[in-house]
Amino acid sequence: MSAIMDILLRLLAWLVLAPLVPGVINKVKAWVACRQGPPVLQLYYDLARLWRKGVVVSTLASPGFVIAPAVAWVAVVGAALLLPLAGAGTPVSFDGDVLLLIYLLALARFCTAWGAMETGSAFEGMGAAREVSYAVLAEVGIITAVLTLVVQSGSISLSSMFAPLPGPSAALLAVGLFIILLAENCRVPFDDPNTHLELTMIHEVMVLDHSGPPLAMILHGASIKLMLFAALLAQTVLPLAELPLAASVAVLALAVLLTAVAVGLVESLTARLAFRRVPLLLTIGFLFCLFPLLLTWMGDI
Amino acid sequence: MNDSLNLLIGLAMGLNLLALGTSRLPVLIRAVGAQGVLLGLVPLVLEAHELDWRLVLITLATVAGKGFLIPGLLHRAMRTANIARELEPYIAYIPSLLLGAGATIAAVSLARHLPLLPEHAGTLHVPGAIALILTGFILLIGRTKAISQVCGYLILENGIYLAGLLLIRSTPILVEFGILLDVTVGIFVIGIIVDRIQRAFDSLDTRKLTALHE
Repeated sequence: MSAIMDILLRLLAWLVLAPLVPGVINKVKAWVACRQGPPVLQLYYDLARLWRKGVVVSTLASPGFVIAPAVAWVAVVGAALLLPLAGAGTPVSFDGDVLLLIYLLALARFCTAWGAMETGSAFEGMGAAREVSYAVLAEVGIITAVLTLVVQSGSISLSSMFAPLPGPSAALLAVGLFIILLAENCRVPFDDPNTHLELTMIHEVMVLDHSGPPLAMILHGASIKLMLFAALLAQTVLPLAELPLAASVAVLALAVLLTAVAVGLVESLTARLAFRRVPLLLTIGFLFCLFPLLLTWMGDI
Repeated sequence: MNDSLNLLIGLAMGLNLLALGTSRLPVLIRAVGAQGVLLGLVPLVLEAHELDWRLVLITLATVAGKGFLIPGLLHRAMRTANIARELEPYIAYIPSLLLGAGATIAAVSLARHLPLLPEHAGTLHVPGAIALILTGFILLIGRTKAISQVCGYLILENGIYLAGLLLIRSTPILVEFGILLDVTVGIFVIGIIVDRIQRAFDSLDTRKLTALHE
């Protein structure tokens, strides 16, 4: 019984808290630009509004156009439930669940790309192609980061994986995972989440023709994914398991908040990269994840 | 001591990758300068237990030469020759970055199999020197503009300097110092030559310097 309560509680926390993260990011961006900015709860209002609207479906689209966002949303929520929080473990855990986490994220991306292709628009197909081709490079990085954790802790289960890394490795891995967070969640150096009229946009192209509840699911799923990556980054770097539960939850929440602020600062202070230079930054992110792997592999050099 | 030594050399190895990955000449020159500062501090860390004024003086001079004088000369050459950024390397940035990472990994694993003295075995000293030399080679081979090739040569020289520090007990550091002076003069001359090449050929592309003209 308590396990079910645990799952429900976590589910509720993920679903309710996740839309705060983009709100915080937008507030930081507004603050840096000396603007008032949208309220922190703006995404909640948007989701409520979208949920009440109807859906416009292209005549070319199969039911997959509506199913794909739902599957993607469920996959991201499932991945979030797999992630242990603040050293308290997770109710759904088994050996090798980290692979399931990676595959669920990949499934979510596949479904977003699928939904984009369903519209039959060449523009959306182009966006899907861009998204997938960059995702390949980002995924190499995240798999390397996970390998680092596996080698460090000697375990392939997420709940016992977050053993504290030694200083330099943790610092390198934090930078690498932050770059991957920006790429995976389509934040500024890779993609601008606020523009809808650029030829260089990647992720926004794919959701251009979605409306109503499917769009709400895509937006909510994106915020959960952002929070998932922030929590993953925080737990990789900070030795949360050694703290008492309440303190570790507080530290985790603070770390996620700080990550959101950092994303907001990066978005305000850097310009989007030229399109052909995105692979270079992703390669750099991969290298930042590769060197901690070598450091842990070789011990003390 | 080992921790701060590893930190210095690790940062220098990170700057290697920055030098390989950047497409902007000022960033490349600054990376080489920062690497010089880091490596200039290495003798201070190595001999921290018997610090005397000569060592401090030599450190200061190395840091000033490698970190400020040489990059300053290169910046000047860049300004007078009127080039701001580099185009079309032989080896593109991502492949050279991956080559550099591969060279770093190879250097670390190679150094584990070398018969090292026990005091060098647990540090990044030897792998760092090998990685710097290999990175210098990659930059020398892979870039077409004269100034970035000079930067590659400087990274190569940094690697040789780091390898020379292994012998700090048996070779006086004055020898290293003489080499540093030569390098500085060399860079000074190169700065002038680069300006002349720019005037004569309207470009610093070394690919255009392969044929003889009247």
